[in-house]
Amino acid sequence: MVMIPPMQAAQAIADNLFKALSDPTRRAIFEHLARDGEQTVHALTARAGVSQPAVSKHLGILKNAKLVRDRREGRETHYRAHPQSLAPLVDWMSVYGAFWRDRFDQLENLLKRMDQ
Amino acid sequence: MTDTAPTKTLVIERDIPHAQEKIWRALTQSALVEEWLMKNDFQPTVGHRFNFRSTPVPGWDGVIACEVLLVEPNSRLSYSWGTMGMVSTVAWTLTPTKDGTHVRMEQTGFRSEQDAAYKGATYGWTKFIGNLERVAGGLD
Repeated sequence: MVMIPPMQAAQAIADNLFKALSDPTRRAIFEHLARDGEQTVHALTARAGVSQPAVSKHLGILKNAKLVRDRREGRETHYRAHPQSLAPLVDWMSVYGAFWRDRFDQLENLLKRMDQ
Repeated sequence: MTDTAPTKTLVIERDIPHAQEKIWRALTQSALVEEWLMKNDFQPTVGHRFNFRSTPVPGWDGVIACEVLLVEPNSRLSYSWGTMGMVSTVAWTLTPTKDGTHVRMEQTGFRSEQDAAYKGATYGWTKFIGNLERVAGGLD
Protein backbone atom coordinates (compact mmCIF):
# COMPACT_ATOMS: atom_id res chain seq x y z
CA MET A 1 0.00 0.00 0.00
CA VAL A 2 1.60 3.24 -1.11
CA MET A 3 0.46 6.33 0.71
CA ILE A 4 0.63 9.80 -0.78
CA PRO A 5 3.57 11.35 1.04
CA PRO A 6 2.85 14.44 3.09
CA MET A 7 4.58 17.65 2.08
CA GLN A 8 7.46 17.20 4.48
CA ALA A 9 8.15 13.68 3.26
CA ALA A 10 8.10 14.92 -0.32
CA GLN A 11 10.64 17.59 0.60
CA ALA A 12 12.84 15.02 2.31
CA ILE A 13 12.77 12.94 -0.88
CA ALA A 14 13.75 15.96 -2.97
CA ASP A 15 16.54 16.85 -0.51
CA ASN A 16 17.91 13.34 -0.80
CA LEU A 17 17.92 13.60 -4.58
CA PHE A 18 19.66 16.97 -4.56
CA LYS A 19 22.32 15.71 -2.20
CA ALA A 20 22.84 12.51 -4.17
CA LEU A 21 23.30 14.48 -7.38
CA SER A 22 25.40 17.28 -5.91
CA ASP A 23 28.63 15.29 -6.34
CA PRO A 24 30.15 15.26 -9.85
CA THR A 25 31.51 11.70 -9.52
CA ARG A 26 28.08 10.42 -8.49
CA ARG A 27 26.44 12.29 -11.35
CA ALA A 28 28.94 10.75 -13.77
CA ILE A 29 28.17 7.26 -12.42
CA PHE A 30 24.43 7.85 -12.66
CA GLU A 31 24.70 9.32 -16.15
CA HIS A 32 26.84 6.39 -17.26
CA LEU A 33 24.27 3.88 -15.95
CA ALA A 34 21.36 5.77 -17.49
CA ARG A 35 23.06 5.91 -20.87
CA ASP A 36 24.72 2.53 -21.12
CA GLY A 37 22.50 0.31 -18.98
CA GLU A 38 23.32 -2.08 -16.19
CA GLN A 39 26.96 -2.34 -15.04
CA THR A 40 28.94 -4.20 -12.41
CA VAL A 41 30.80 -2.33 -9.69
CA HIS A 42 34.02 -3.46 -11.35
CA ALA A 43 33.10 -1.97 -14.70
CA LEU A 44 31.99 1.26 -13.03
CA THR A 45 35.23 1.48 -11.06
CA ALA A 46 37.26 1.13 -14.25
CA ARG A 47 35.48 4.19 -15.67
CA ALA A 48 35.09 6.32 -12.56
CA GLY A 49 38.75 7.06 -11.88
CA VAL A 50 38.33 6.46 -8.13
CA SER A 51 38.81 3.40 -5.93
CA GLN A 52 36.26 0.61 -5.69
CA PRO A 53 35.34 1.43 -2.07
CA ALA A 54 34.71 5.02 -3.17
CA VAL A 55 32.52 3.84 -6.06
CA SER A 56 30.62 1.54 -3.71
CA LYS A 57 30.03 4.41 -1.31
CA HIS A 58 28.73 6.62 -4.13
CA LEU A 59 26.46 3.78 -5.31
CA GLY A 60 25.13 3.42 -1.77
CA ILE A 61 24.16 7.09 -1.70
CA LEU A 62 22.56 6.84 -5.16
CA LYS A 63 20.69 3.74 -4.03
CA ASN A 64 19.48 5.48 -0.90
CA ALA A 65 18.04 8.22 -3.12
CA LYS A 66 16.47 5.44 -5.25
CA LEU A 67 18.37 6.68 -8.29
CA VAL A 68 19.92 3.25 -8.84
CA ARG A 69 18.83 -0.30 -8.18
CA ASP A 70 21.07 -3.27 -7.64
CA ARG A 71 20.93 -7.01 -8.01
CA ARG A 72 23.38 -9.64 -6.89
CA GLU A 73 24.59 -12.22 -9.38
CA GLY A 74 27.23 -14.62 -8.10
CA ARG A 75 30.04 -12.52 -6.66
CA GLU A 76 29.15 -9.43 -8.61
CA THR A 77 26.63 -6.72 -7.83
CA HIS A 78 25.00 -5.16 -10.89
CA TYR A 79 23.64 -1.62 -10.81
CA ARG A 80 21.16 0.04 -13.10
CA ALA A 81 19.75 3.57 -13.25
CA HIS A 82 16.25 4.31 -12.05
CA PRO A 83 15.75 7.79 -13.49
CA GLN A 84 12.02 7.73 -12.62
CA SER A 85 13.18 8.87 -9.21
CA LEU A 86 14.07 12.23 -10.73
CA ALA A 87 10.38 12.92 -11.27
CA PRO A 88 9.86 14.92 -8.05
CA LEU A 89 12.46 17.40 -9.29
CA VAL A 90 10.80 18.04 -12.63
CA ASP A 91 7.70 20.17 -12.39
CA TRP A 92 6.23 19.61 -15.83
CA MET A 93 3.38 21.99 -15.18
CA SER A 94 5.71 24.93 -14.68
CA VAL A 95 8.08 23.86 -17.47
CA TYR A 96 5.24 23.74 -19.99
CA GLY A 97 3.50 26.76 -18.48
CA ALA A 98 6.54 28.92 -19.27
CA PHE A 99 6.93 27.25 -22.66
CA TRP A 100 3.38 27.94 -23.84
CA ARG A 101 3.23 31.49 -22.50
CA ASP A 102 6.36 32.26 -24.51
CA ARG A 103 4.83 30.60 -27.59
CA PHE A 104 1.57 32.57 -27.16
CA ASP A 105 3.68 35.75 -27.26
CA GLN A 106 5.29 34.58 -30.48
CA LEU A 107 1.89 33.64 -31.91
CA GLU A 108 0.62 37.16 -31.22
CA ASN A 109 3.72 38.64 -32.85
CA LEU A 110 3.12 36.50 -35.93
CA LEU A 111 -0.56 37.51 -36.09
CA LYS A 112 0.47 41.18 -36.13
CA ARG A 113 2.72 40.50 -39.12
CA MET A 114 0.17 38.41 -41.04
CA ASP A 115 -2.19 39.83 -43.65
CA GLN A 116 -5.82 39.94 -42.69
CA MET B 1 -1.98 -0.06 -6.42
CA THR B 2 -2.54 3.47 -5.27
CA ASP B 3 0.63 5.01 -6.71
CA THR B 4 -0.90 6.16 -9.99
CA ALA B 5 -0.65 9.91 -10.02
CA PRO B 6 -3.76 11.72 -11.23
CA THR B 7 -3.65 13.33 -14.64
CA LYS B 8 -3.10 17.05 -14.53
CA THR B 9 -4.14 19.74 -16.97
CA LEU B 10 -2.39 22.96 -17.93
CA VAL B 11 -4.66 25.68 -19.29
CA ILE B 12 -3.52 28.89 -20.92
CA GLU B 13 -6.11 31.35 -22.19
CA ARG B 14 -5.76 34.66 -23.95
CA ASP B 15 -8.00 37.17 -25.67
CA ILE B 16 -6.31 38.00 -28.94
CA PRO B 17 -7.48 40.93 -31.08
CA HIS B 18 -7.52 38.99 -34.34
CA ALA B 19 -10.18 37.13 -36.30
CA GLN B 20 -10.81 33.47 -35.58
CA GLU B 21 -10.06 32.46 -39.19
CA LYS B 22 -6.69 34.18 -39.10
CA ILE B 23 -5.68 32.53 -35.83
CA TRP B 24 -6.84 29.21 -37.27
CA ARG B 25 -4.40 29.67 -40.15
CA ALA B 26 -1.56 30.38 -37.72
CA LEU B 27 -2.42 27.19 -35.85
CA THR B 28 -2.79 24.93 -38.88
CA GLN B 29 -0.56 26.08 -41.76
CA SER B 30 2.74 24.31 -41.33
CA ALA B 31 4.94 27.24 -42.37
CA LEU B 32 3.08 29.61 -40.05
CA VAL B 33 3.17 27.15 -37.15
CA GLU B 34 6.94 26.97 -37.58
CA GLU B 35 7.16 30.74 -37.11
CA TRP B 36 5.73 30.75 -33.62
CA LEU B 37 6.05 27.18 -32.37
CA MET B 38 8.50 24.77 -34.02
CA LYS B 39 9.52 23.16 -37.29
CA ASN B 40 6.87 20.61 -38.21
CA ASP B 41 5.19 18.52 -40.90
CA PHE B 42 1.71 19.18 -39.59
CA GLN B 43 -1.38 18.71 -41.76
CA PRO B 44 -4.89 19.47 -40.49
CA THR B 45 -6.14 15.91 -41.06
CA VAL B 46 -7.35 13.64 -38.29
CA GLY B 47 -5.01 10.67 -37.94
CA HIS B 48 -2.05 12.46 -39.54
CA ARG B 49 1.16 11.70 -37.68
CA PHE B 50 3.76 14.44 -37.57
CA ASN B 51 6.71 15.74 -35.60
CA PHE B 52 7.65 19.00 -34.04
CA ARG B 53 11.40 19.46 -34.09
CA SER B 54 13.37 21.77 -31.87
CA THR B 55 17.10 22.12 -31.35
CA PRO B 56 18.51 18.91 -29.87
CA VAL B 57 20.25 19.16 -26.53
CA PRO B 58 22.50 16.53 -24.93
CA GLY B 59 20.28 13.61 -23.98
CA TRP B 60 17.27 14.80 -25.97
CA ASP B 61 16.82 14.64 -29.74
CA GLY B 62 14.41 17.58 -29.77
CA VAL B 63 11.64 15.58 -31.46
CA ILE B 64 8.00 15.70 -30.33
CA ALA B 65 5.90 12.93 -31.91
CA CYS B 66 2.29 13.93 -32.55
CA GLU B 67 -0.93 12.72 -34.11
CA VAL B 68 -3.84 14.90 -35.11
CA LEU B 69 -6.87 13.97 -33.00
CA LEU B 70 -9.48 16.57 -33.84
CA VAL B 71 -9.99 19.21 -36.52
CA GLU B 72 -13.02 21.50 -36.48
CA PRO B 73 -12.11 24.34 -38.84
CA ASN B 74 -11.81 27.74 -37.18
CA SER B 75 -12.78 26.44 -33.79
CA ARG B 76 -11.14 23.30 -32.40
CA LEU B 77 -7.85 21.51 -32.97
CA SER B 78 -6.22 18.80 -30.95
CA TYR B 79 -3.10 16.63 -31.25
CA SER B 80 -1.19 14.22 -29.09
CA TRP B 81 2.22 15.40 -27.88
CA GLY B 82 4.78 12.72 -27.08
CA THR B 83 8.29 13.42 -25.92
CA MET B 84 10.73 12.31 -23.23
CA GLY B 85 8.68 9.18 -22.68
CA MET B 86 5.59 11.17 -21.76
CA VAL B 87 2.46 11.56 -23.87
CA SER B 88 0.02 14.39 -23.39
CA THR B 89 -2.73 15.98 -25.47
CA VAL B 90 -2.75 19.57 -26.68
CA ALA B 91 -6.19 21.00 -27.45
CA TRP B 92 -6.90 24.43 -28.95
CA THR B 93 -10.28 26.10 -28.76
CA LEU B 94 -11.09 29.37 -30.55
CA THR B 95 -14.17 31.31 -29.53
CA PRO B 96 -15.17 34.60 -31.17
CA THR B 97 -15.41 37.63 -28.90
CA LYS B 98 -16.50 41.22 -29.45
CA ASP B 99 -12.96 42.35 -30.25
CA GLY B 100 -11.37 39.23 -31.62
CA THR B 101 -10.93 35.70 -30.40
CA HIS B 102 -10.62 33.91 -27.11
CA VAL B 103 -7.81 31.36 -27.47
CA ARG B 104 -7.65 28.48 -25.05
CA MET B 105 -4.81 25.94 -24.98
CA GLU B 106 -5.26 22.93 -22.79
CA GLN B 107 -2.49 20.37 -22.32
CA THR B 108 -3.65 17.26 -20.50
CA GLY B 109 -1.87 14.15 -19.40
CA PHE B 110 0.88 15.26 -17.05
CA ARG B 111 1.64 12.50 -14.68
CA SER B 112 4.37 12.32 -12.14
CA GLU B 113 6.34 9.71 -10.25
CA GLN B 114 5.72 6.14 -11.39
CA ASP B 115 3.67 7.02 -14.43
CA ALA B 116 6.19 9.36 -15.91
CA ALA B 117 7.92 6.49 -17.72
CA TYR B 118 11.11 8.44 -18.11
CA LYS B 119 13.57 6.87 -20.43
CA GLY B 120 17.01 7.46 -19.05
CA ALA B 121 18.69 7.58 -22.41
CA THR B 122 16.23 9.92 -24.11
CA TYR B 123 15.33 12.23 -21.28
CA GLY B 124 17.26 15.48 -21.37
CA TRP B 125 18.13 15.28 -17.73
CA THR B 126 21.87 15.71 -18.24
CA LYS B 127 21.30 19.35 -19.09
CA PHE B 128 18.89 19.65 -16.22
CA ILE B 129 21.36 18.10 -13.78
CA GLY B 130 24.00 20.60 -14.87
CA ASN B 131 21.75 23.40 -13.68
CA LEU B 132 21.01 21.47 -10.54
CA GLU B 133 24.60 21.65 -9.38
CA ARG B 134 24.36 25.33 -8.51
CA VAL B 135 21.12 24.81 -6.61
CA ALA B 136 22.54 21.84 -4.78
CA GLY B 137 25.62 23.85 -3.78
CA GLY B 138 23.76 25.10 -0.73
CA LEU B 139 23.09 21.61 0.55
CA ASP B 140 25.50 19.54 2.56
